[in-house]
Amino acid sequence: MLELVTISTLNGVLYGMLLFLMASGLTLIFSMMGVLNFAHASFYMLGAFFGFQISQLVGFWPAFVVAPVLVGGIGALVERYGLRHVHRHGPVAELLFTFGLAFVIEEVVQMIWGKGPADYRVPASLDFSAFTVFSTNYPAYKMFELLTAVAIFVVLFAVLTRTRIGLIIQAALTHADMVAMLGHNVPRVFMLVFGVGTALAAIAGVIAGPALVTQSNMAGILGPILFVVVVVGGLGSLAGAFVASLLIGLVQTFAVSVNLSVADVLGGVGVAPPAGGILLDIWNVTVAQIAPIIPYLLLVLILIFRPTGLLGTREQ
Amino acid sequence: MTSRLRTMLFATAAAVAASLPAAAAEDTVKIAYIDPLSGGGASIGEVGLKTFQYLADWTNAHGGIVGRKLEVVAYDNKLNAQETLVQLQKAIDGGIRFITQGNGSAFAAAIEDFVQKYNERNPGKEVLFFNYAAVDPVLTNDKCSYWHFRWDANSDIKMTALTNYIQTRPSIKKVYLINQDYSFGQSVRAEARKMLNAKRPDIEIVGDEVHPLLKVTDFSPYVAKIKASGADSVITGNWGQDIALLIKASADAGLQVDWYTYYAGGTGGPTAIKQANVPDRVFAILEGVANAPYAPAQEFEKAFRAKLNGLTLFYPRAVNEIRMFVQAAEEAKSVDPVKVAAKLDGMKVTAYNGGDAFMRADDHQFFQPMYIADLGPLGKDQPFEEEGTGWGWKVQGTVSAQDTVLPTSCKMNRPS
Repeated sequence: MLELVTISTLNGVLYGMLLFLMASGLTLIFSMMGVLNFAHASFYMLGAFFGFQISQLVGFWPAFVVAPVLVGGIGALVERYGLRHVHRHGPVAELLFTFGLAFVIEEVVQMIWGKGPADYRVPASLDFSAFTVFSTNYPAYKMFELLTAVAIFVVLFAVLTRTRIGLIIQAALTHADMVAMLGHNVPRVFMLVFGVGTALAAIAGVIAGPALVTQSNMAGILGPILFVVVVVGGLGSLAGAFVASLLIGLVQTFAVSVNLSVADVLGGVGVAPPAGGILLDIWNVTVAQIAPIIPYLLLVLILIFRPTGLLGTREQ
Repeated sequence: MTSRLRTMLFATAAAVAASLPAAAAEDTVKIAYIDPLSGGGASIGEVGLKTFQYLADWTNAHGGIVGRKLEVVAYDNKLNAQETLVQLQKAIDGGIRFITQGNGSAFAAAIEDFVQKYNERNPGKEVLFFNYAAVDPVLTNDKCSYWHFRWDANSDIKMTALTNYIQTRPSIKKVYLINQDYSFGQSVRAEARKMLNAKRPDIEIVGDEVHPLLKVTDFSPYVAKIKASGADSVITGNWGQDIALLIKASADAGLQVDWYTYYAGGTGGPTAIKQANVPDRVFAILEGVANAPYAPAQEFEKAFRAKLNGLTLFYPRAVNEIRMFVQAAEEAKSVDPVKVAAKLDGMKVTAYNGGDAFMRADDHQFFQPMYIADLGPLGKDQPFEEEGTGWGWKVQGTVSAQDTVLPTSCKMNRPS
């Protein structure tokens, strides 16, 4: 039991940190430009495929650096030559633009790399087990993923709160006009944030690609959960995204290991099971079975009871 | 006047449009391939499509079908029942009379139901459904249809063969079941429980899990649970990325169990097994094994791999399907679906990997020899590796077609 708890905690934190890498960019972009970037998970996918392609050519470590830079560059170009023009036509047009972009990226990826999974492997230098908890090996690569995510969180936080550019970004979040009046190039700040945001998603892609699956549908699988993270955390709140990422990572991981069902709870206190039909189905469903929908349930509850999210301050 | 002219134009256009597919149908026989070609199932659907296209080319190179060309037309059902029927309708509207599908029993059930009703309402325009991989037993039992033919062994047949093998392995004490949460996965878990209880009552089932279909990216929570249960063997009907990712996650956690699977041979499976470094511990129940010592099949496999850049022939059953389709049409001297169906009904053949096989007339379930194979380093006379891993599937046990026969509850309406 203790083993299960320990391993689940590690897995949950790891999954949460991966979510955070993506959610941080998404939430920054949202708070700055008011754009909910539907294509964000697609940049994560691009990161994984770029990482795969570059690591085929020159190895994993150069790919780890080059792929996010390339994807960040593409992100910046998308902002400069796409979003900025669409911006004039209002938020709905922007939303539709990113929505369409997600499909374009998916199609392009399918054209280049096909629909099957890419054979993106864990680099040999990290392909060993870091330590053994009870009797379960914990792979070094997962440790590396975790450390990368933590390091990025620390750097991001430091940049935003301790540096000059961080101050300008924070100011531009809420008072873009005032910052522009003071002589800062706000559009360029936007481009930078968009570029860095997509690069963060790409880092998540590069490191998650070998561990999970590198396939043209990977954006579609992770996209929805990202929105849950930013909404639960509070749109635009970096700290909120952090808390929500960990929360959802842990909830999802632990829910899988719980075999409790309505039958166990109510049956335990002497309630008779329903005769049959759909009620009997619900009666016997375990928490583990509904684990994947729990985050969405959380999303609905948060929107009803605390629309600003856990740590959000933004007025609705 | 103008409205009359317009009506005439429409009538002419409609007549031209109607005559087009008919004209095209004269020289080619088309099979509609309806399977996922985008989304989570795309990697599987692509492989099936390539296989059928190869088989069509192969048929055309060997004289075609009653002197005509065989052509495969692809339709993407996006792994969605609604879309499956839309695409099916599109295929039928395009004049196609033969449908093949395999990925997802829920979608196969939708097609079977649709085809049954369509054929009742449109005598003279019958459509046949060739099922090459959807294995929910219900398709040839309670929901059976005269117009549906299944070439894959249904999941009960596979489970019978698997549990017969498990019976011979006394080292198995604790079994964990993990399956996809839809009709097929549910049927695997129910059948595994039933048959294990009957054949090996001493085996303890320490876990019985279902997870969402093709949606899980990280199986480590599930693997942690398997580990905590103390299982020595896992039985799973998972396919596609769900089996590859499951084995990958178990490799990361260093889980040491025997795997009894239906589809570990699919794309990404062997790569994951090699990464997990568990030689000869992953078993699969198959209707054809590349390394089985049967020369005609080995030659076919060789040619197939040469043409498709090393792609394994995942669907020996598709070879049986197309060969029998061609044979039935030749015997009937016609590609009229009704006549083809009458010939397929009860047809006896030699299976792809050798051995007697037959399409049972009672329920249109194909019975063929089944093989239990495991993946590991190759020995002498075992030329076929998987996915460049250096490991290949090796036959560990064979079950003859007769020994896989199970009763059916099918009561089909036969055309009189």
